[in-house]
Amino acid sequence: MDPLLEVKDLEIVLELKERSVYAVNSVSFDVRQGETIGLVGESGSGKSMTCRSILNLLPGTKSKTVKGSVQFEGRDLLTLPKQEWQQVRGKQIGMILQDPTSSLDPVYRVGDQIVDTLRTHQKMSKKEAWERAIKLLQQVGIPSPEKRVSQYPHELSGGMRQRVMIALAISCNPKLLLADEPTTALDVTVQDQVLRLLKQLQRELGMGILLVTHNLGIVAEMCDRVVVLYAGKVMEIASVEQLFAAPKNMYTKGLIRSVPQLDSTGRLEGIPGSLPRMNQPLAGCPFRERCSLATEECADAEKTRLQEVSPGHWSACVHHERMCGF
Amino acid sequence: MSHIQTTVTKPYPRRVLPDFVRRLPVNAKITLGLLIILLVLLASICAPLLTPYDPVKNDLSQAFQPPGSEYWFGTDNFGRDIFTRMLYAARIDLQIGVFSVITPLLLGSLIGLLSGYFGGWFDSVMMRLVDIVISFPFIVLIIAIISILGTGLFNLYLAIALVGWSAYARIVRAEVLVIKQQEYILAARGMGYGHGRILFRHILPNVISSALVFAMSDVVLCILLGASLSFLGLGVQPPTPEWGAMIAEGRNFIINAWWIATIPGLGIIVTGLGFSLLGDGLAEKIESQ
Repeated sequence: MDPLLEVKDLEIVLELKERSVYAVNSVSFDVRQGETIGLVGESGSGKSMTCRSILNLLPGTKSKTVKGSVQFEGRDLLTLPKQEWQQVRGKQIGMILQDPTSSLDPVYRVGDQIVDTLRTHQKMSKKEAWERAIKLLQQVGIPSPEKRVSQYPHELSGGMRQRVMIALAISCNPKLLLADEPTTALDVTVQDQVLRLLKQLQRELGMGILLVTHNLGIVAEMCDRVVVLYAGKVMEIASVEQLFAAPKNMYTKGLIRSVPQLDSTGRLEGIPGSLPRMNQPLAGCPFRERCSLATEECADAEKTRLQEVSPGHWSACVHHERMCGF
Repeated sequence: MSHIQTTVTKPYPRRVLPDFVRRLPVNAKITLGLLIILLVLLASICAPLLTPYDPVKNDLSQAFQPPGSEYWFGTDNFGRDIFTRMLYAARIDLQIGVFSVITPLLLGSLIGLLSGYFGGWFDSVMMRLVDIVISFPFIVLIIAIISILGTGLFNLYLAIALVGWSAYARIVRAEVLVIKQQEYILAARGMGYGHGRILFRHILPNVISSALVFAMSDVVLCILLGASLSFLGLGVQPPTPEWGAMIAEGRNFIINAWWIATIPGLGIIVTGLGFSLLGDGLAEKIESQ
């Protein structure tokens, strides 16, 4: 089956005043229909950058260069002319942002915002759109939607607002949903509800989801496949089962080990060190300075290329064979 | 030079009210302000019904009459009834106050909106322009422009618009810079909305309130400005009644006929109080929300 979204050799360089930041380095992955892909990495690993570049919504003030291609249904989104963006943004690709407290416009009622979006992309009378808005709110599990639809965002709780955001994002039946840390700002019980809701909507609508998160627990629960990013480079791509059973990259292994376990008694293992400064083009494995297996080969760009180590499992680690379980 | 940051502090609505008035409850302020403004407005509109005299016709036999039952506010050196002139003057002064605020408000808000949203060279050029305009004392610049354009009501509006937009541009731009960082703007772009729509439907309603509040207090300042310019002989020309011009004419007789200059002064104070109360009340109301 053809992938829905195919990101290929994506490179993003931000030009700041004194230096350049190589934020995303040759990232490639794909999302198939009805599938959930997790984009994982620590802060600053380029996961949000990658996600936003898909809709061409990188912060506009800094100058930047974006290379590579983002194929969506046979079109390259990176070179898409301005007029065609309206058909993609909000219609074929929906987006949910991290902070539901600020992602709704405070001066409009919830319903008005949904109606606006619907009428931007579809021919619909105001009345039809309003009724559809109520249905959408119902679909995302908001109790008494007839009442909520004419309330202002500040009258709703955080979880409710995120549900409204989801209703907005799915209002035009998108084929792909970009979820940029959709639950980070919510508390744990609400997190769980929102994730369940996403899963359920995915089944109903058959859309692909690109889930950006730093939470491996969410990945394990939600995703079919996982893309692990580090310093803007793809370290590993694998199915969730493969990834958690037998990670083939030291970074992934470190990440999994850093997840706190309720039943463990020992100290939490972290990864020593911090992200490298990303002010020059990447050569070799960016993780080698923090890695216990690192050798001279790790600085070789050719050998640290992403390679298929078993069917459907890709790793960029030279030493992937030396890793077997924990 | 190009890297000098423009300060984005918003000029706080200038408060001109005494303390005991400012301590009034918010709604009382707004109501009282509106009441005063309506009263002045109605009186000026109904002027021909309220007074039998003509505002410009001389009657030297009646000159310098003190306030009394015949002439409520007395007469001036040409024997014109001051009460009548006050009412007709209110028409012009209210006009000056309102019109010389509307154009700068619209122009400045639009420039601030575009500047803040798009940034880039347009922003740089506009903000340098604002810097230039603001670096002159307000009234000096206006006097300079009027002496180039010539006197007259239209030129007065034009001069105020040319100078006044800068304050609004700054206020609105500063607000836009904050609002455009909000996630709902990013979300709106993610929904596929165009720039125009985001600017006018999502940013404008969120930024315009502070400009409107500023406009309320600006009305007072513009009335004062119009009066000052007329006092200096650069605004409304005699014999057209205008409060500032009336004060200017009356100041020669201030010892012998105090009412000629004092009554128009009181008119300015009362009208100014009305607009200040309204502006102050609105500002507080918005702050508290």
